[in-house]
Amino acid sequence: MADAVKTAEMVRNAVGRLVPSVVNGREEVAFPGVDEYRPSGKKAAPAVRSNADYPKNGDKRVPDLLTALKKCGLSDGMTISSHHHLRDGDRVALEALQLAASLGVKDLRWFPSASFPCHAPVIDLMERGVVHHIEGSMNGPLGDYCSHGKMRGHGVLRSHGGRWQAIQDGEVHVDIAVIAAPTADLFGNANGVQGKSACGGLGFALADSMYADKVIVVTDNLVPFPCVPWQIQGNNVDYVVEAPSIGDPSKIVSGTTQITRSPDRLKIAQMVAQFLKVTGIMRDGFSFQAGAGGIALAFVDYLRGYMREAGVKARFVRGGSTKYLVEMLQEGLMDYILDGQTFDLDGVRSMGTDARHIMTSPFTSYNFHGKGNIASQVDAVVLGATEVDVNFNGNVVTHSDGRLLHGIGGWQNCLYAGCTILALPSFRDRIPVIVDEVTTLTGPGELIDVIVTERGIAINPRRQDLLDAVKGSALPVRPIEEIKDEVEKICGGKPQKARLTDEPVAVVKWVDGTVLDTIWKVEE
Amino acid sequence: MSTAEVVAGKCGEAGRMGKDVRSDCHVTVELRSQGGVTVELKSRVGAFYGDAIRAQVQSVLRDLGVAYARVAVIDEGALPFVIAARVEAAVRRAGAGEGKKSLPEKAAHKGGTAQDRLRRSRLYLPGAEPKYFINAGLHGPDAVILDLEDSVHANEKDTSRVLVRNALREVDFGAAERMVRINQLPMGMQDLEEVVPEQPDLILIPKVEHAKQVIEVDQAITQIAQRLGLTQPMWLMPILESALGIENAFAIATASDRVVALTIGLEDYTADLGVAKTKTGEESLYARMRLVNAARGAGLQAIDSVFGDVGDIDGLAKWGEQSRSLGFEGMGCIHPMQIPVIHKAFAPTASEIEKALKIVAAFDEAQAKGTGVVSLGSKMIDAPVVLRAVKLVERAKQMGIV
Repeated sequence: MADAVKTAEMVRNAVGRLVPSVVNGREEVAFPGVDEYRPSGKKAAPAVRSNADYPKNGDKRVPDLLTALKKCGLSDGMTISSHHHLRDGDRVALEALQLAASLGVKDLRWFPSASFPCHAPVIDLMERGVVHHIEGSMNGPLGDYCSHGKMRGHGVLRSHGGRWQAIQDGEVHVDIAVIAAPTADLFGNANGVQGKSACGGLGFALADSMYADKVIVVTDNLVPFPCVPWQIQGNNVDYVVEAPSIGDPSKIVSGTTQITRSPDRLKIAQMVAQFLKVTGIMRDGFSFQAGAGGIALAFVDYLRGYMREAGVKARFVRGGSTKYLVEMLQEGLMDYILDGQTFDLDGVRSMGTDARHIMTSPFTSYNFHGKGNIASQVDAVVLGATEVDVNFNGNVVTHSDGRLLHGIGGWQNCLYAGCTILALPSFRDRIPVIVDEVTTLTGPGELIDVIVTERGIAINPRRQDLLDAVKGSALPVRPIEEIKDEVEKICGGKPQKARLTDEPVAVVKWVDGTVLDTIWKVEE
Repeated sequence: MSTAEVVAGKCGEAGRMGKDVRSDCHVTVELRSQGGVTVELKSRVGAFYGDAIRAQVQSVLRDLGVAYARVAVIDEGALPFVIAARVEAAVRRAGAGEGKKSLPEKAAHKGGTAQDRLRRSRLYLPGAEPKYFINAGLHGPDAVILDLEDSVHANEKDTSRVLVRNALREVDFGAAERMVRINQLPMGMQDLEEVVPEQPDLILIPKVEHAKQVIEVDQAITQIAQRLGLTQPMWLMPILESALGIENAFAIATASDRVVALTIGLEDYTADLGVAKTKTGEESLYARMRLVNAARGAGLQAIDSVFGDVGDIDGLAKWGEQSRSLGFEGMGCIHPMQIPVIHKAFAPTASEIEKALKIVAAFDEAQAKGTGVVSLGSKMIDAPVVLRAVKLVERAKQMGIV
């Protein structure tokens, strides 16, 4: 397949990016522009099964994960999926792949919803031929491995919504889904809100449970039927494995979420909150989403103050939930938290006990091939990025030198919000964040409305409504080019261009499964 | 090159490196007698600015007259003004570059100074820590203080001097007044030689106890300014940090025309008294009021000390409000988060402004009518009250709240 990668025909997509027409042996559609692509056909589906083949008493336990994998018929070339709700504390995904190695299985495709530093040993499994390639976010050592062209197949980076879309549309067929579950019953019903490894929701595993041929639930907190709430339905599950530990709780959620104390980041966060206030986006019944990064958390804290002052209540807030959102919910500053992943213990507790704190999945939140989603109904979203260019295009997946840095997460899906705000420092370690052209296009500029930096706020000229709304305010609104020029002056000129080869190592998919950009092998 | 022959083999190092260091670099210069200048670079941003950094090192060495050297730079994302300062400091430590400077391009400064400008907040920036310089102006302090005294370790006085000098040339501190706190004399003389040519707006003199300390600094500035033909005003703010300093406050306040404000250093003052420094400040009430009186008596601003607990925003607000009520016009800050709190504390309240505006209007009306008696409703307003109201409105306008 490595040869296929090298000989894949490259085509220019609608935004001028050179992308391969074949990825991992599969023909792909080059990005034709935002909202231009229409899918056809039917959704994928797993085989029809019969109750006759499953225990009447509902007890699907097998002694261990190895047995489960064998019973699932694990063999060469299969696709194994896992979820990342256990974040850097996850022990299950790696164990499944290492067990596959012990069985002598080769050429697996690992399809995680995201990878973390704890998964770095997968490099060894790729070196040994057990894993052929990874389709999912790669950073740290895994990102470097892929960036240096050492992986046999293409990396494929998808948003959370794009991953659901790829499974649902049959782009990626999962042979075996291995679902780590903080709590489960014998039947396979599972949730993430209870147990010593509690992580909150299990939404990222939902598509896998519905579409995979075989589904294994691994838990370290087995309870008698019924496990409620059942975020994962046992009716989709083949085998249940009881394990001593599915992960390291200290790395699954943080005990306490800390707001940044960096004055520059606080300033950015405050400006974002002021922007929502000044533009009137912050009004009774509005909605917003912000992540758990330092700036995002501080933004939520500032906004909370402004909402209190103005007596404004949000209808819903999309999480990543944290202590801050939970406190706002309890204070009556919002009606609902619609939560995709839970970042701290307060969030986990709240989802487990408060009926207004709802688990969402990538289907309800983000999937683009459906009859709408939540993301496009959110009034404002606050996101980060590694780079943004003068045309408001954003990059979240690579460092400015072209090395893989982050997964896409829900970032692309969130760009459909009513007002998309990127909150960023204007330079990091002398490297300007606002550039002439992003290294890797992850989000088209037509969907990115506002850039907030410590040196001022740039509003996309396409959003005349926002430009009008801030007129006469004290907000430091400036043309994006002006901020860029100022930062280049501080940094001592334009940076040198990243040195990249012409060999693709990974692709960035858009939310509709078309190919948005290519990640190139970095020069040694 | 004769100097190179004399000092070949000598080494100098400056700056910092390491995982936790940001916006700084470590430079080693080894002088040689031949072989040109070689630059070894390890940089976090090498892929983007490697060529620029190498070129800059060469250029700084040329400015300093060093033709033969091996230079090793470990860069943690330092900006150009920092790299230049670290290279220059390392060259000097190697014993070369005597009497020469490598000055970065001078940026235009937006900030301005005036004898009685607003000095509510002045943000201390440790002179050895360039990462704090870069965005200091964005947080809107009335002034920044590039500190060469207590926040700089004795071993880093020489390197920090060069760094602060470069920062004065190249860093944009926005609308802030640019202040430098020098060391006590005689070391402070070296500080003045380095920074005065870059025309900071104000020099803070630490641990002042006698008028003659102020006079010495005044004379040194005047000499340097005359030598270089500098005409811009350069003010002085003596810091009184001992019982003796407080006793001599008025003499100090009137020692030089350059003095625009007196301020107090409460850490040293309470240590001198042998009492604990509290968050409510009863132990320094006399000293602070004495300082206010001396400053006002000399027609100067009285500026309070810093509030040391960055986490205690409420405590800071209380301190600031009390400080204003005593007659202080501002205080120091050690973190940008303190700035808005201090600005709020030193701002007149809405009702004060409203009342003052009414008094000013009544005064204007009386002037128009040609009567000397100003009255508001049934009350007669005395002249000092009118004066205070005029001043308050003027300040509120400067603060942008009227």
